[in-house]
Amino acid sequence: MRDFSYLRAGSIDAAREAAALPGAMLLAGGTTLIDLAKCGVAEPQSLVDITHLEGFDAITVDERGATIGALAKMSHIADHADIKSRFPAVSEALWQAASPQIRNMATIGGNLMQRTRCPYFRDPDNFPACNKRSPGSGCSALGGVTRGHAVLGTSEACIATYPGDLAVALVAFDAMVHLGDRQLAVDDFFLLPGATPDKEHAIEPGEVITAISIPGSAAARRSTYLKVRDRQSYEFAAASAAVGVEFEADGRTIRDLRVALGGVATKPWRAHAVEAALKGKVLQPDAVRAASLLAMEGAVDHGANHYKIELAPRVVARAIIKMGETA
Amino acid sequence: MTNQTTSRISIHLDINGHHHELEVEPRVTLLDALRDRLDLTGTKKGCDQGQCGACTVHVDGQRVLACLTLAAQVDGRTITTIEGLAEADGTLHAVQAAFLEQDAFQCGYCTPGQIMSAVACIREGHAGSDDEIREYMAGNLCRCGAYPHIVAAVRQAALEVAS
Repeated sequence: MRDFSYLRAGSIDAAREAAALPGAMLLAGGTTLIDLAKCGVAEPQSLVDITHLEGFDAITVDERGATIGALAKMSHIADHADIKSRFPAVSEALWQAASPQIRNMATIGGNLMQRTRCPYFRDPDNFPACNKRSPGSGCSALGGVTRGHAVLGTSEACIATYPGDLAVALVAFDAMVHLGDRQLAVDDFFLLPGATPDKEHAIEPGEVITAISIPGSAAARRSTYLKVRDRQSYEFAAASAAVGVEFEADGRTIRDLRVALGGVATKPWRAHAVEAALKGKVLQPDAVRAASLLAMEGAVDHGANHYKIELAPRVVARAIIKMGETA
Repeated sequence: MTNQTTSRISIHLDINGHHHELEVEPRVTLLDALRDRLDLTGTKKGCDQGQCGACTVHVDGQRVLACLTLAAQVDGRTITTIEGLAEADGTLHAVQAAFLEQDAFQCGYCTPGQIMSAVACIREGHAGSDDEIREYMAGNLCRCGAYPHIVAAVRQAALEVAS
């Protein structure tokens, strides 16, 4: 790991100012950044430590929704009683992510900045070609081992999977990311790779994530996060789904439905087509399974990751059916 | 408050009840500071990239990975390592004793991290069943595969701590 200068921000304004300088990066929990610095992927000239700032880790929840300070730890949010009761999918996405130690370190703001686990991206010594790391250098994953790579939202430049869980739940429930005075939908915060896979987030130098907010809804209250993976714990998703359902008074007809997928796309993937196909319908397993196939509209596989196209709709269907069973 | 920036940093660490002052490069991790500067080699370096849990220590009572924590970041924080668990007279912590009784290791390299993680797991209230223990100990890998005995040790220690 190359050395860098270290600056402990004394205020949020000082953090913004320091982070705007060339070669500067914000340091929160460090679980992505220090790891990538050791891999030789991140080469910051200066780190701006924001973990000592006070007042940015509060969690407030009421009928209107939740507001979570950017420095709140994953473990703290996962265990928060009101998050568990009003946003179960958010709590489940968090406790099924990473490990207890990492969840004690990682902040929710840093979680949104998590980078892909594409093994080619993470190994510059052996794979110099990576458009995400070095724009224009090519993509080592194309023609390589693609078992973990994305089938949705890919481009000719990049097929790296977005690895996170939390943001999948956040896009399902229309969460917003707050960058000081500016705010935007979490869905818009994550960018498709297109021709510029190096640009992953709609955040500019000098901007600092200050909070996440999630609107309260009946669908968020009856929600779940289902994660299927190669080992039972401490593993990234082969395919995952955040699902929330609101029923009409009859308890069977779907009034509102939220579906988002993880582990299969280049960003957290909202499945509007599945939602539209089932809204207004009675929740029946066969109809749910048929509608869930719509989640894979436009999917393109690269050989070894073909299984995701079969797996992901089943994960979506199982999650929706489970929400029906709890009615 | 003003910003501080420098290429070498003076830090104060409270480790196992002892006060240490160090000057480190910003890139020095807590793990390397413990092992190479303070001779606290009980905390192990396994993968050194946040995947194995061998470097688990407590910062302000919370279990974290020392390999992904910069020493500079924990300036002023309270740190507990495996060396700080037993009583001053040598009486083992309940989790240490349970690991011995249940033979919860083979080579022992992952054991300090397992024990530090288990102490926190029990304190967090995540040791209520074998399934919960497995889930909340998932961040600590044991390449010898001593998992069944590790689960038994955590279960035993959780009962002892509760009683």
